[in-house]
Amino acid sequence: MAADVHKKKSWEVPNGSLVPGDGQHTERSESPTPGLAQGTEPGAGQEGAMFVHTRSYEDLTSPEDGAATVQNPEERQGEPAEQSSMEQISKDFSELSTQLTGMALDLEEEMRPGKEGKLEPSPQTTRRDSVLSGKEEEDVTMDAWRLHRKHVFVLSEAGKPVYSRYGSEEALSSTMGVMMALVSFLEAEKNAIRSIHADGYKVVFVRRSPLVLVAVARTRQSEQEIAHELLYIYYQILSLLTWTQLNHIFQQKQNYDLRRLLAGSERITDNLLDLMAHDPSFLMGAVRCLPLAASVRDAVSSSLQQAKAKSLVFSILLSGNQLVSLVRKKDQFLHPIDLHLLFNLISSSSSFREGEAWTPICLPKFNSSGFFHAHISYLEQEMDLCLLLVSTDREDFFTVSDCKRRFQERLRRRGVHHALQEALRTPFYSVAQVGIPDLRHFIYKSKSSGLFTSPEIEAPYVQEEEKERLLGLYQYLHSRAHNSPRPLKNIYFTGPRENLLAWVTNAFELYICYSPLGTKAGAINAVNKLMKWIRKEEDRLFILTPQTY
Amino acid sequence: MMAIRELKVCLLGDTGVGKSSIVCRFVQDHFDHNISPTIGASFMTKTVPCGNELHKFLIWDTAGQERFHSLAPMYYRGSAAAVIVYDITKQDSFHTLKKWVKELKEHGPENIVMAIAGNKCDLSDIREVPMKDAKEYAESIGAIVVETSAKNAVNIEELFQGISQQIPPLDPHENSNNGAIKLGRQTSQMGRRCC
Repeated sequence: MAADVHKKKSWEVPNGSLVPGDGQHTERSESPTPGLAQGTEPGAGQEGAMFVHTRSYEDLTSPEDGAATVQNPEERQGEPAEQSSMEQISKDFSELSTQLTGMALDLEEEMRPGKEGKLEPSPQTTRRDSVLSGKEEEDVTMDAWRLHRKHVFVLSEAGKPVYSRYGSEEALSSTMGVMMALVSFLEAEKNAIRSIHADGYKVVFVRRSPLVLVAVARTRQSEQEIAHELLYIYYQILSLLTWTQLNHIFQQKQNYDLRRLLAGSERITDNLLDLMAHDPSFLMGAVRCLPLAASVRDAVSSSLQQAKAKSLVFSILLSGNQLVSLVRKKDQFLHPIDLHLLFNLISSSSSFREGEAWTPICLPKFNSSGFFHAHISYLEQEMDLCLLLVSTDREDFFTVSDCKRRFQERLRRRGVHHALQEALRTPFYSVAQVGIPDLRHFIYKSKSSGLFTSPEIEAPYVQEEEKERLLGLYQYLHSRAHNSPRPLKNIYFTGPRENLLAWVTNAFELYICYSPLGTKAGAINAVNKLMKWIRKEEDRLFILTPQTY
Repeated sequence: MMAIRELKVCLLGDTGVGKSSIVCRFVQDHFDHNISPTIGASFMTKTVPCGNELHKFLIWDTAGQERFHSLAPMYYRGSAAAVIVYDITKQDSFHTLKKWVKELKEHGPENIVMAIAGNKCDLSDIREVPMKDAKEYAESIGAIVVETSAKNAVNIEELFQGISQQIPPLDPHENSNNGAIKLGRQTSQMGRRCC
């Protein structure tokens, strides 16, 4: 399985191979649902997938163990020194804990160390100074600041703030120092902190040397899901810098202030966090397509395919956060995470609306050691259609720009422009189209294609909180289904305001939400009907014939 | 039929000084208060008459953020002109401007026309950089200098006209002159972005 490939040769290998191993074909055997073996489920591509094959967020969380193995040899040295610094650290720690803000203070007692036994030596820290600085700036906003549902912090191993979702990093440097102290304290005992649970809060730690990512959440998400989101933030940072550059910087200077290099990117990270709170793509580890008649999509895809250039690796057309078409170089696969990062980049900045942008971008799941160069532009001012041409050559702007012109020309000649415009007017379909009265909403993911489909969220989920609550329910079901020690295949959930059903097989994942008055038998009936409907509509809802150059 | 000359122009300067706003005003005569920071670089073109020629500006609007700094040579290389922008309300941005000038002198094309734009001159009540400083500095390096306001459309046209005038007229027997790019290399760009 692809997941195993990731486990063995960690994705962080600097010369990451361009080809995603042989993960495409091995998981096809025994399916519990006859006739729905992977690759034949609704939405499965007819000619193979566009994406690196992933199961779900297990892929994301699994490198956690792998990460320890990529440590640089230099960092592994100095074990004896560690013992002596241990005292120093616990001394620091006792000093620090007096400075803890109320939130962290309660949590400290309920620390729950993970039992991974990582062998990472604790870094020589220069925390002291940063911790002792005042936090007057925060006092004013403290109450409001604490009320946020999910805080996210990124810091360097020296305890220097890199990013905070809310509040200025400077003002939080002491808090971040404490976080680093917690991490180091446990690492000194050859252990690793994963999370702290207290008072309705979950504090989740993700360690990706040279960075530490911490979330403080009072959402209903599982620890695993919060860690998953933190990894997305980590990948987001890699997409701006590359893994190689990030490591190089901190090897040169351990107490480097990374904010200098990330300046201006805060809104991209903020946007990613907001997006994850309401877009199921991230939870599903899959990509949603813009509903489009197959003939129109094929015309768009072949126009994209014909407008190729030597240096092009991926041509991606998207609208909102939905995929319209993706054409890739033969044998090169995109990872859904990389595509999500691209979606986020585009939705976070209005600067692409003007002119043609040309920017270096690292696709960390594809190759975390190098930059691609992306040509990003909107096809027309008023149309929400963004074209992304990913090239390997930074000098190739004019060639790639010419590809865009050729693509537009072919689109015009094929006369699909109008049909595209029409499709953009209704980027989401209504669940009423399925014709099941009690059905309120659903998410269906085809595992082999890495694509999912979902109708518009409608009444009664109108308010923003209601929408988030619905996503929260899906998150809950998803975490139960993918709980690594005890995964579940079928879940029937009866709530006061709705009933939900989850069905996870080797080939697909289905989550449905329907009326609280419905029965279990009714739900099972609905699932059968829904599967038939998706099969009938699959060529509109999915990309069945992905193209290559 | 007038001859069209393609002139590569790059904009350099600190983040947030208004490079993109200047380009946006010049090319589309439009101003957006909530413009996002440029990511990487953005390319636009505009053609303007100059004497008996047409100058087609191929404008590279670069991102001012530090992580994109290493990309700058790609944009000033082969440029006929560089517009270096600072914010008159931020002394630091003037300091950054000097660093850019130094880099251009050391690594830029030999005959590059340098134009200094002190942007946000509509905010002169919170000015930090006196006009005199900019003038003296520009004189010392032989650059054009002008205070602009992309917001109020002050001196934007003039800035580019100034550049046009500094470009030596095309010698009929010479193709390349002062970094100007020969016509016909990128015909694909023609006419799409021109207003």
